[in-house]
Amino acid sequence: MSADTAKTGVAAPEEAPRNSSGGRPGDQARHEGPKGNGPKRRGISAVPLPYLLIAPAIVAIGAVFAWPLVKTVIMSFQDMGRRELWSGDSPPWVGFEQFANIFGDSQFWAVTGRTVLFMVVCVGATMLVGLGLAMLMQRMSTWVRLLLTGALVAAWSMPLLVATSVFRWFADSDYGVANSLLSKLPGIDLQGHNWFINPWQGFTIIAAVVIWGAVPFVVITLYAALTQVPRELVEAAQLDGAGSFGVFRHVVFPVIKPVFQMVATLSVIWDFNIFGQVFLMRANKPEPEYQLLGIYSFQKAFESSSFSQGTAIALVTVLLLAGVAVYYLRQLLKTGEVE
Amino acid sequence: MSAANATAPKPDAGTERPAARKPFRPDRKKHRFGYDVLGLVAFAVMAFPVYWLLVSAFRPNREIRSYDQTLWPSSFTFDNFVRATETRFFWTAIQSSLIICVTSVLGALVIGTIAAFAIGRFNFVGRRPFMMVLILVQMLPPTAMLIPIYVQLNNLGATNEYWGVIVVYLVSVLPFTTWMVRGFVVNVPRELEESAMVDGCSRMGAFRRVILPLLAPGLAAASIFALITAWNEYLFAYVLLQDNDKYTLNVWLMNFTTDRGTDYGGLMAGSVIVAVPVVIFFMLVQKKMATGLTSGAVKG
Repeated sequence: MSADTAKTGVAAPEEAPRNSSGGRPGDQARHEGPKGNGPKRRGISAVPLPYLLIAPAIVAIGAVFAWPLVKTVIMSFQDMGRRELWSGDSPPWVGFEQFANIFGDSQFWAVTGRTVLFMVVCVGATMLVGLGLAMLMQRMSTWVRLLLTGALVAAWSMPLLVATSVFRWFADSDYGVANSLLSKLPGIDLQGHNWFINPWQGFTIIAAVVIWGAVPFVVITLYAALTQVPRELVEAAQLDGAGSFGVFRHVVFPVIKPVFQMVATLSVIWDFNIFGQVFLMRANKPEPEYQLLGIYSFQKAFESSSFSQGTAIALVTVLLLAGVAVYYLRQLLKTGEVE
Repeated sequence: MSAANATAPKPDAGTERPAARKPFRPDRKKHRFGYDVLGLVAFAVMAFPVYWLLVSAFRPNREIRSYDQTLWPSSFTFDNFVRATETRFFWTAIQSSLIICVTSVLGALVIGTIAAFAIGRFNFVGRRPFMMVLILVQMLPPTAMLIPIYVQLNNLGATNEYWGVIVVYLVSVLPFTTWMVRGFVVNVPRELEESAMVDGCSRMGAFRRVILPLLAPGLAAASIFALITAWNEYLFAYVLLQDNDKYTLNVWLMNFTTDRGTDYGGLMAGSVIVAVPVVIFFMLVQKKMATGLTSGAVKG
């Protein structure tokens, strides 16, 4: 589903195991105990049961995730247009023609480059701001921290559609608060300025929504990780003469590194799949210079009615993301979350 | 951040520990001031969009269509809300949203809980791959699923039907529902279930009488997260439904933007209507999550 799904979605399961990590070691031991004398007794009757229990989930995931993915691959090698869609005829096979068309189109390369650049900027800014705020939260007074946490949770809970609408309202050329505030500065007159004529400025606004929406999850997760840094270690390092940067590099960061990497990887995946923020900001009809890979694929399919081109682009996106996904999985395995 | 750090040469304070302790505290308070100011700036930046949403929603239209936006509300009106709720298809949109979200979340909860029980309690071949699949499918780009699903539903003649969207939402929230409930299943001691079975419960009885009540906070949290996700989704609803009276609230919200311009007052009021349940539920989950987790910690 879209990025907002993932944002509340993956955030949630991340929270549950991590927050309970305090009780984890004992937990594990508890499970080892009965297992030692248990399996023989349970062995025979339990064999088919787990498979029965996960069967509905497998069928469901197969129908809505796996089968469409297979279809995406199949359709990418066919030529499905409006006629095939409505007549129900099976579309003709065209081999690699769709991919040849895509790779021969300079627009595709422009879109891919733009998507990667946008992702890098958003992830970089999100992680930097997120880490900075998390460390700041450790040092500020309690009442400021509570205020900030409240604001973060409020921002986190804003639906993507609502957040995008608010930022679009900020940047409105006639009545937007951004223009009227900036015009108050000496030497700047932005009254009536349209932020979306120049895509660089437009993407600045879009990046602002993305980062504003992504920062809360990063801050709250990293702050939780930072509280795990043993105080004695930090004090020992300070006694040994480490400066604040040294303490961070050699003591704090190694402790939070697994969490940091995990959050960064998730951000890469989410920001690569950005769709809604651009789509809604441009009133459902993004111009060619606002296309990211998701939008490009969507418009090829639903506006040019070239469904096969759309799926071929989506397939390329999946392949580009596959490496990141594998990296994420390996980290999950390493931290023992998949136990 | 870096500027504040530079003014805090902490190592000096720790040369002679017992002696240094006392002057360390007031020193610290002074440093806090800088951090507090930065924290308040961050607070302002994070809170401003939410603030502006509320202010604009309650502002009369003549102030919204003004070249000089005042940061503080000077007058207060419900006009925008009245206008928003009087637009066509508002009530049908609420109805669609409720039908689609509640059905799909209930379905996901049932399927997800039994799957979570399986992967949280049993060790079987294929458990780890199954768990990995749960994570991987959440990373798929939306269009990779949207196009084939649209084509498939179109072949079945099922576009513009609620059930198509319901099935998609159900499965979309299923992976993290399963993953999250599993975290709570793992925290329920196996001995409880075993002693219930020693006392004569069947496995099903033990699950229903012992595990399920203990899972209640977890299930509540998972279902609320799922509900929020489903409530916020708009792309599939936008593409898979076609009639105005079937559209969900999120798609309805797009009606405020027309070719002639955007009715920002109405849009902000509509956004508040869409966001309020989400925010309330989100706060609820945070609390529920906390109690669920701390009660587990006490027992452990």
